Amino acid sequence: MRHVADRATSLRCRIIQSTCRAGSGHPGGSLSCADIVALLYFHVLHLDPERPDSEDRDRFILTKGHAAPALYAALAEKGFFPVEELQYLRRLGRMLQGHPDRVRTPGVEASTGSLGQGLSVAAGIAIAGQLDESDWGVYALLGDGELQEGQVWEAAMAASHYGLDNLIAITDYNDLQIDGQLSDVMRVEPLADKWRAFGWDVWTVDGHDLYALDAAVREAQVCGRPAMIIAETVKGRGVSFMEGEASWHGKAPSGEQAEQALLELRGGDADE
Amino acid sequence: MSDGSDLPRESTRDAYGRALVELGARRSDVVVLDADLSGSTRTGWFGEKFPERFFNMGIAEQNMMNVAAGLAMSGKTPFASTFAIFASGRAWEQVRNTVAYPSLPVRICATHAGITVGADGASHQALEDIALMRVIPNMTVIAPKDGPEVERVIPAIVDHDGPVYVRLGRAKVPVLSSEDESFTVGRAQVLRDGGDVAIVACGIMLEPALAAAETLGEQGIQARVINLSTIKPLDEAALAAAAEDCGAVVTAEEHSVIGGMGSAVTEFLSAECPVPVHRIGIMDRFGQSGEPDELLEEYGLDAGTIERAALRVLKK
Repeated sequence: MRHVADRATSLRCRIIQSTCRAGSGHPGGSLSCADIVALLYFHVLHLDPERPDSEDRDRFILTKGHAAPALYAALAEKGFFPVEELQYLRRLGRMLQGHPDRVRTPGVEASTGSLGQGLSVAAGIAIAGQLDESDWGVYALLGDGELQEGQVWEAAMAASHYGLDNLIAITDYNDLQIDGQLSDVMRVEPLADKWRAFGWDVWTVDGHDLYALDAAVREAQVCGRPAMIIAETVKGRGVSFMEGEASWHGKAPSGEQAEQALLELRGGDADE
Repeated sequence: MSDGSDLPRESTRDAYGRALVELGARRSDVVVLDADLSGSTRTGWFGEKFPERFFNMGIAEQNMMNVAAGLAMSGKTPFASTFAIFASGRAWEQVRNTVAYPSLPVRICATHAGITVGADGASHQALEDIALMRVIPNMTVIAPKDGPEVERVIPAIVDHDGPVYVRLGRAKVPVLSSEDESFTVGRAQVLRDGGDVAIVACGIMLEPALAAAETLGEQGIQARVINLSTIKPLDEAALAAAAEDCGAVVTAEEHSVIGGMGSAVTEFLSAECPVPVHRIGIMDRFGQSGEPDELLEEYGLDAGTIERAALRVLKK
């Protein structure tokens, strides 16, 4: 798991660098899910960057599309496109749009960004997988604030109704949305009970503990029902001045802030 | 030309139900989704025949459209049906962002479009769906005129690039198609030739359009009647020819005059071959309960209104 942890750190550095260079973007929620994304891309998902459309690949849907910097970093490191492209995040005419675009970017499964829609897409893919009696799985990463969208619960109902045991969803539960704490803006608790009531198997884990995350994923893969892993995370994780601060939801770090962030992430080593 | 009263009649939704069953038999990639209206939309006929490829998503249209997107991303050819008001309105942003933006081949076949929904009233009468769908990039919009045209449209769009919106109705409409007709996406059809005024219509408005042309003919005015079943992409050549040959155009649709087929025609003609155009449609108001025929008369969607519009536009 050491190599996954190293990848997670690397993803975090790239999130800081790419959003700093872009001058906009969403570092807070990208950093909170970096461990989840690293675990999936470097330990769980069966993917072949040489054949991004191969039939037997696992599918990953970033339904919280604003965490695109985390996804792009993982796809670049995985080899779907050159890492140099990350410096052109959000630039006119480039492949890395502000939110994921499946047409422009190799490796991006679904165009997302409008919250609440990705789990439905994942359910549709899972239904197709079942029709074809496929072995691959569908993984969807949702934001916690996203769960306020009613469509998520339509999808939850449908996944359960159609017995989509090839669908694993993960909630990045950093407990912060743009306007503040979820409990202040719009309470989503009791979350695990809600998913269970919709017929899902549920795990609640520390979303920065790679072993715990991995164990939950492995159990979810064979649980025989749609699975929800509630990953408790810290928004801005890894950068002291961003941790737990809703204000870092959709704001890019300045050059100076980025330098400080990279120092912290690399444990004092400022070189790439 | 007949006014349609003695012709066989059927609803376009019935033809859709039949076409889906026929398609399902030869295409195993075709899957059908509905939102608890499979009896009304006629997708239930497909469901009876191919239950393993039919997915009732319950009363959850937004989820249905995005599940369809996921299926389309995975090698399936999804047809998603519900009433037009919900397909185009309730799920608009799902269609815009997750179906059309990535140009996924989801076929949205919406029934119960227009005022002829009848007694259910304004809440269920989609008078805005053409506007809502044609404004979305990558989207193709088709409003067939009768059952046989639907049966040509469905196989024609199955392998079409990108998303397609097909507008279908509840009311029985006369069969105006001839046996040897064909359908090509984006190609308008001249149902009656004439060089004095062009009447461009879609859907159920072809019947009164032809009737108006007949009456105009008795007054020595030769009207060209065009079936603009594909509203997007527009058949610009056919419209330009009509404008140049006739010099005056009337459009007729069972939809708001704001943003619909008439607007699309006017947008094109005003830029490329400006001629006087009069648009017939619902005049910026909601519908109400009533019998389809009563509603068509109440809202001015009849042959007399088209005829008067033609005479008016000819004076300009």
